[in-house]
Amino acid sequence: MIRSTALRSLPSCSAARPVASVAPLAVRSFNASQSRGFAQPAERPAQLKEFKIYRWNPDTPAEKPTLQSYKVDLSQCGPMMLDALIKIKNEVDPTLTFRRSCREGICGSCAMNIDGVNTLACLCRIDKDTSKTSKVYPLPHMYVVKDLVPDLTLFYKQYKSIEPFLKNDNPPAQGEFLQSPEERKKLDGMYECILCACCSTSCPSYWWNQDQYLGPAVLMQAYRWMADSRDSYGADRKEKMQNSMSLYRCHTIFNCARTCPKGLNPAMAIAKMKLEMATESA
Amino acid sequence: MREDRLIEIAPQYGLRLSSPGLLLAQRRFASTQPVTPADEIAILNNQREKRPTSPHLAIYQPQLTWIASGFNRLTGVALSGVLYGASLLYLLHPVFPAIDSAHLIQLAHDMPIWLKGGVKLLFAIPFTFHTFNGMRHLGWDMGKGLTLKATYASGYTVLAATAVSSIYLAFFV
Repeated sequence: MIRSTALRSLPSCSAARPVASVAPLAVRSFNASQSRGFAQPAERPAQLKEFKIYRWNPDTPAEKPTLQSYKVDLSQCGPMMLDALIKIKNEVDPTLTFRRSCREGICGSCAMNIDGVNTLACLCRIDKDTSKTSKVYPLPHMYVVKDLVPDLTLFYKQYKSIEPFLKNDNPPAQGEFLQSPEERKKLDGMYECILCACCSTSCPSYWWNQDQYLGPAVLMQAYRWMADSRDSYGADRKEKMQNSMSLYRCHTIFNCARTCPKGLNPAMAIAKMKLEMATESA
Repeated sequence: MREDRLIEIAPQYGLRLSSPGLLLAQRRFASTQPVTPADEIAILNNQREKRPTSPHLAIYQPQLTWIASGFNRLTGVALSGVLYGASLLYLLHPVFPAIDSAHLIQLAHDMPIWLKGGVKLLFAIPFTFHTFNGMRHLGWDMGKGLTLKATYASGYTVLAATAVSSIYLAFFV
């Protein structure tokens, strides 16, 4: 009875495996620590680097946010900032809270402000210079849920508001929408956006006016659907931007293009949108 | 199965012998309690009320992009403010007869050259920067130079042109 309960809780232990007959050395343990059978790696000198990380706990809301200092031995840590954060959470302070998922720059979860620049922690290399401390903040000018986790509710609502899907009242009678290579090429540099919110939260206009201004990430997606030859609601989509706040709070600052971890250029998409709206007769 | 047998096989599954208790009983380190949806919203709203805003301007890395944009705004406000202020100053002429063009010209004439150049530089830097950066903005609005590389190239060009032309205007005109 005890055996079945205890072993079922171990995920990769199949019930069919004859437990008693397996030689201990042949079985891989779950954690990635080195097996006794391997050669010992050469001892590397410790490289202690200090990380200062923004902390705020919703359970004690009266306490002001603080920067907490952690020291990590870089010789025992992966190369990326996310590796350091995970190492701190695993080995030093399990209360440290941050979002992460894919660890390869495609999910957009680990967006944060590292050494003053918004980026994905999984794509950001740790500065090997141990004399400098690295500072980690949540995405700027956002409500903080806990530690490095910002509240992105408004950001997602804004994305929903631009109707980010194909709208066309006259679909082809047979088959699918056809598009020339040139028409398809217009979407390159826009469809790759992963909505990590790095660009929007780097934009001073978005800091001061995010209740009304849509911000670079959402505006680039708005233009992505205006530029799509298969979509027939372009004029309608542009009409919704005809007010002083939604689009025209963009002052071509270029912080968005500078910070995008995917190398996209929202500022260019927004400028093209403005130009089309100004030159095409309504 | 007995406890000693479990301890024997535990290392195969990555479990530490130092904590055999983990194997014998399920132990929860966090407990939960049932909450109604209405209470959940109340807890969430209570948290939302007290959430801080994450730091922004003070911690963001100084970059040519937003620093140039900020100074474009500041110089625009300052230049128009000085223009309006100086123009309105002439309204005080009936009260202070010294405020007229002849006296102001004499004042500038009597200044030592370093002071005259310095005051002119103080006006020339915002004026030239705002002019050149404004041309950069007009280019963007026409769809020119919108790549990040072109943005930085035009930004440094504006800074160089500002330095050269403001020194020329201050000391050589």
